Amino acid sequence: METKEILPKMPKSWNPASKPHKFCPGCGHGLVLKALGQVIDELNIQDRVVFGCDIGCSLLSWDFFNVDTVQTHHGRTTPVMVGIKRANPDLITIAYMGDGGGYAIGSQHLVNAANRNDIITAILVNNTVYAMTGGQMAPTTMPGQKTETTPYGRDIKEAGYPMLGPEMVAAIAHEGAYVARGSIAKFRQLKTFIKKAIENQMAGRGFSFIEALSTCPTNWRTNAEKTWDFVENIMPKYFPIGEYKVPGGKEE
Amino acid sequence: MGSKPIEGERKVFMTGNEAVAWAALAAGADIMYGYPITPQNEIMQYWTRLGPKYDKKFLQTEDELSAGFTTIGGVLTGKRAFTATAGPGNVLMQEPMSMAEAMRIPTVVVIQQRGGPSTGTVIYSQQEVTLTCFGGNGEGLRVVYSTSSHQDLFDYTIKAFNTAWKYRFPTFVLSDGYQAKMRESVVIYDPEARGIQMVPTEPYVGKAGTPGKDRPAAHLRNTYNIEEELLEVLSKDIEEYERVAPEIIEYDAYNTENTDLLVIAHGVVFRSAAMAVKELASQGNKIGYFRPITLRPFPKEQLRQATQQAKQLLVVESAYGQLLKIVKDNLYGLNIPIKTLLRPGVGITPEEIAEKAKALLAGKEA
Amino acid sequence: MGQVVKIALAGEGGQGVQSVAQILTEAAALEGKEILYIPNFGVEQRGGVSIAFVQIGDEKIGAPKFKTGDIVIALSDRAVRRVKMHIGPETIFVYDASIEGVEEDLPANAKQVLAIPALETANKELDPRVFNVLIMGAVIGATRVVTIEKAKEAIEKKLGYKFEKDPELRELNFKAIEKGIELVERMGVA
Repeated sequence: METKEILPKMPKSWNPASKPHKFCPGCGHGLVLKALGQVIDELNIQDRVVFGCDIGCSLLSWDFFNVDTVQTHHGRTTPVMVGIKRANPDLITIAYMGDGGGYAIGSQHLVNAANRNDIITAILVNNTVYAMTGGQMAPTTMPGQKTETTPYGRDIKEAGYPMLGPEMVAAIAHEGAYVARGSIAKFRQLKTFIKKAIENQMAGRGFSFIEALSTCPTNWRTNAEKTWDFVENIMPKYFPIGEYKVPGGKEE
Repeated sequence: MGSKPIEGERKVFMTGNEAVAWAALAAGADIMYGYPITPQNEIMQYWTRLGPKYDKKFLQTEDELSAGFTTIGGVLTGKRAFTATAGPGNVLMQEPMSMAEAMRIPTVVVIQQRGGPSTGTVIYSQQEVTLTCFGGNGEGLRVVYSTSSHQDLFDYTIKAFNTAWKYRFPTFVLSDGYQAKMRESVVIYDPEARGIQMVPTEPYVGKAGTPGKDRPAAHLRNTYNIEEELLEVLSKDIEEYERVAPEIIEYDAYNTENTDLLVIAHGVVFRSAAMAVKELASQGNKIGYFRPITLRPFPKEQLRQATQQAKQLLVVESAYGQLLKIVKDNLYGLNIPIKTLLRPGVGITPEEIAEKAKALLAGKEA
Repeated sequence: MGQVVKIALAGEGGQGVQSVAQILTEAAALEGKEILYIPNFGVEQRGGVSIAFVQIGDEKIGAPKFKTGDIVIALSDRAVRRVKMHIGPETIFVYDASIEGVEEDLPANAKQVLAIPALETANKELDPRVFNVLIMGAVIGATRVVTIEKAKEAIEKKLGYKFEKDPELRELNFKAIEKGIELVERMGVA
């Protein structure tokens, strides 16, 4: 049996005991969490971070890091992280969720935390589907996209439009907030956005929100090539990548 | 700043909501999270007026889901955190409390029951018994104190923090709109002056040291992959709940030996029941009462003992059989007639109970 | 059941029935009595009939609400109809003589029914502002539940800050108390 270590370098803040991780082959969560792990390492905050994960595939990250972690309910990670931050502002709280958790069942929490300018960081992974429950339409399903509950494609007249999260959050957020949309297809940029979002919390400036465009080949039923094409080329047409709100107003 | 909110003790005349806010302060609660709903609003209002003088925090949330989940967040940092709600708010509160139950998070929630179902009235009821004892998709592994006076509200709000932190089960102070809004006398005190030690708290997250290096990371979850994994966790929790139940159980009883009629009531209705029973007992009737103070865990053995010496029972409540259901469940196998006075969502006077009891004692009512 | 005086006060929002209850219970507290006071309240912030249920006794009070009061006072036509259910053979029912169109609604089962010219007296002899304190005097006159001295002390405690700016108001309030007692006594309470 082959035992030689040829694994890529793992962020120090990852929990080696839970690797290889539980996400499907080709899933984007691993990349988002890799970027986050590297940021935690670079900022040297492993002992101060509280990571909260939602329901949906994000819950599979409940033992992903060697940082204190709370797995919550669907949509409720934001209030748990708000509660922690309010009671102990020295901690750095990161709410990790999917598009269903953030934009549907927990949208009131996202909206109100953003409006209160709560000093937390929320990272939302947009893969256009409810993945854990088997590929139903999500708030972010693209017009015409086929899912288990839109078998003939999302008809926007019937099912409405995809939710533009960072655009909404940026519209209601206040000075000091940081809002951006990145993509796993642009890893270094995504990592920069995540780093800025956490630094923004550390500086106590305000609410920080990152949407990460991601993949779900299992539910998209796409091969590697088509999966990458969807996240790299198709999704950004509807979900433009970039910074939406930066303290002081210098969006990239 | 920093001084004790109450030195020693003093007798005051105030509303129940005010008594709760003072009790939370006296208990050393650090932070309240809440969403407005009648009849609990004044708890938040007094807390936000008193709190800043003692470095206490408050967050007004977007709804009761958030109030419950932020309370959980506060508790996870090792702070005495609490919230208060009622009626439809209590319905929403069950989602976070089911998580607290699953993860043994010592939250404290004060419930001021109002009329239901739905919006009902903002006034009063005892219709949130089932919800508070057994709400959520679980087994009701929680502690529920049913108060009947401002003194109870003050005493049991303090005790709720200690019970929660000692046993790590979510703890509820179940009161009602009458108790919330009425004014009566109450002795408020510094727990220490009464020899009450506050159970120390500890953080679940953010402990000293780097996780994975100096200590294991806290990986707190409520999701399990396989049935047996969940059963293992639940069995341990259930076993522990049943083991500590005798330490938690509280009740009050009067004249329970060889009674012709045993009246069972809880909360504010108990006050009317006690008046009626004592009046009838003074007239030479063999009548007694039993008041469960903890509705969860329930004083099962004590009620069974009292029941075995009674000829018949009368269950009285401002609900259509929620206490009754618990009573029947706990008396299973005993052969005793159970009569009822069930008035969902309205107050019950001593006269009404006395009238019913007299008829039953005279054998006029089947 | 026990030596408790049960009082129900009902009026329109703004007539000050809850303030009367607050001052009355304050006076009882000053006398070292046990008190239970519960305001009724509904979903509306304003409007509707406002009722105060007050019980005063020497020992801890039992139930918060009662079926029938020892004295029940209604200050508007709607209040007369609303408090009907709280009147029994032991009840002294007091209403303001200026209320019109309630002849049919007056209780037939009360121990006594008294129409007192409270509003008129307040407007003509005192000041409309002290109408509610005059009503409190009527309650005291009918029940002797607190002494006039403690009633004045409680008024001072509650309204003292107003009297500092307007000392005349103090005299008006004290006169209103006395007048209220007198109105009821003149009717001859059974």
